[in-house]
Amino acid sequence: MNMHATTASPAVAITGLDKTYDTGFSALKNINLEIRPGEIFALLGPNGAGKTTLIGTICGMVRPTAGQILVGGYDVITQFRKTRAMIGLVPQELTGDRFETVWATVSFTRGLFGKPRNDAIIEKILRDLSLWDKRNDKLITLSGGMKRRVLIAKALSHEPSILFLDEPTAGVDVELRRDMWNVVRELREQGVTIILTTHYIEEAEEMADRIGVISRGEIILVEDKIELMSKLGKKDLAIQLQEPLKALPPSLEALGLKLSDGGEELRFSYDSQSDRTGIATLIAAISEEGYRIKDVSTHQSSLEDIFIGLLRERT
Amino acid sequence: MNLYAIKAIYTFEMARWWRTVMQSIISPVVSTSLYFVVFGAAIGSRIESVEGVSYAAFIVPGLIMLSLLQQSLSNASFGIYFPKFAGTVYEILTAPISHVETVIAFVGAAATKSIILALIILATAALFVDLQIQHPVWMVVFMVLTALTFSLIGFIIGIWADGFEKLQLIPLLIVTPLAFLGGTFYSISMLPETWQTIALFNPVVYLVSGFRWSFYGVADVDIAISLGMTLFFMAAALAIITWIFKTGYKLRS
Repeated sequence: MNMHATTASPAVAITGLDKTYDTGFSALKNINLEIRPGEIFALLGPNGAGKTTLIGTICGMVRPTAGQILVGGYDVITQFRKTRAMIGLVPQELTGDRFETVWATVSFTRGLFGKPRNDAIIEKILRDLSLWDKRNDKLITLSGGMKRRVLIAKALSHEPSILFLDEPTAGVDVELRRDMWNVVRELREQGVTIILTTHYIEEAEEMADRIGVISRGEIILVEDKIELMSKLGKKDLAIQLQEPLKALPPSLEALGLKLSDGGEELRFSYDSQSDRTGIATLIAAISEEGYRIKDVSTHQSSLEDIFIGLLRERT
Repeated sequence: MNLYAIKAIYTFEMARWWRTVMQSIISPVVSTSLYFVVFGAAIGSRIESVEGVSYAAFIVPGLIMLSLLQQSLSNASFGIYFPKFAGTVYEILTAPISHVETVIAFVGAAATKSIILALIILATAALFVDLQIQHPVWMVVFMVLTALTFSLIGFIIGIWADGFEKLQLIPLLIVTPLAFLGGTFYSISMLPETWQTIALFNPVVYLVSGFRWSFYGVADVDIAISLGMTLFFMAAALAIITWIFKTGYKLRS
C-alpha cells in the first residue's frame, strides 16, 4: 500500500453523499468513502449502479442532494476552483471537437483548467500516449482508440494530482489497453491518485490497490484488493488422472470431490486461508483407491467470482 | 479570476469562426447588399426622405442592427449549444471556471464576431450611400451593448435548446419579426397611431432608434429611454443566466 496513505489527508473524502434526481430516482444513497493519496482505486459495479453519478458529483457535473465531498481537503462546492484544478477526468463517452486538431484540443483543456501555455508538457503527454505523430490531425480523422487517447491527453494536460478514468477501456483494443496501463503506472509512480470505474473486473484485478463495489447507489464494500481476494477468494484444485473414471467412488465423493472433464479430472474447492485445507487427506484417499495422478493445478477465484457472489448476496 | 480559461474559450470560439470566416462574412454582406438594392434603390427611389435623411441612408442603422441581433443570437447560441451537442460540455462543467467567467468568454466571443460583422456591413453600406455618423461614441456604445445583450439572450437559447430546431426557433419566430417590425426599414412615426403604441412594446424599437440617433440625430424615442431599455434587456438576460447557473438548468443534473 502507498506510503502516504496513513499520514496524508485523503485525496477524496465523501461523507453522507446522496443524489436524488428530479424524477425521484435515488442514484446515490449515503455514500461514505475515502480515497487515499497516490493509490489506484477501482470502483466496480454493474451498469446503472451509480459509478458515473458518483464521479460526476466529485468532478462538478452532478449536484449532490446531501452530504459533503472534500478533494485534497477542499469542499467541491464552495472551493471548486481548488478541487477542480486538481482533477483530470476521462469520460466514458468518446467526445471531442471533431474539427479541432489533437494539439489544439489538448492545449485548450490546459488553458481551461487555468494553466499557462506549456508546449513541452503537451508534447510529453502526446508522446507518452503515442499521439505525437497525430498532433496536427483533426479529431474527426482519428480511430476510436486514438480518440480515447486524446481524451486521456486532455485530462492530463493540466497535470492533475487526481485522475478519474470512467470505463477507460470500454471498446478499446489490446494495444491501447496496454499503453493506457503503462501511462497509469507511470502516473502512479509520480504520485497521482487514480480512480477508475469499470465493469471489467480484470482491470481492477490487474491495476487497483483497493476496490470499492457499488450496487444500486450504495457502496457495499471497500477493501484492499489482495485482502479482498484472500478473504473472500476460494481456490479450486484440479487433479488430472492418468485414466478416466466412470463414476466417483463414495469415499472420494464424501470428501467433496467432483468428477469433470469426461472423468479425467477431479475438482475440489477449498478455502486457501484455512489452517486445514483437506488437500493432504484428499491426495492420500485418491492413492488408496489406486488412481494415478497425472497433474495437479490450483486456481484462485477471480474478482469476478467474488463480485458476482457479492451482488448475488445483495439481491 | 481564471484568465487562462477565459482566454482558452474565447480564442477557441474565435478560431472556430475563423475556420469558416468567408461564409461568415460573405453571406451577411451579400444579403445586406441585396437589402440596399431592393429597399434602398428600388423602393427608396420612390421615398424621398425620412425625417430629413435619404431613405437609403435611413435604413443603414436598421440593417446593421438587424445583422447585429441575428449574428449575436446565432453565434452565442451555437457557441454553447455545440459543446452540449458534441458532449464536450463536460470539460467546461468540470473546469475551475466560474459562471461569470464562462459567460464572459462565450458571450465575449459571440459579441466580438457580431461587432466585426456589423463594422463590415457598415463599410459595405458606405459603398452605397453617403453615410454620416453624428455621435460615433454613442454608435459604438449602442453597438456593443446590443451585441452583448443579444449574445446573452443567445447564450440562454443555446442552453435551453436540446436540438437544432429549437436553436432556430426563437430567432426565426420571435426575434426576426420583432426586428422587422422594430423600425429597421421605417420610422415608427410612419405607422398609424395605435400601431405606434403597440410598437413601443417591441424592444427592438429602442435599439434601432438609439442606434439611428447616433448616426443622424433623429430618433423615434428619447435617446435616454433607448439606452435605459437596452440596459434593462441586458439586466434581464443576466438575471436569467444567473438563475440558470444557480439551478444548473439543463447544464448540471
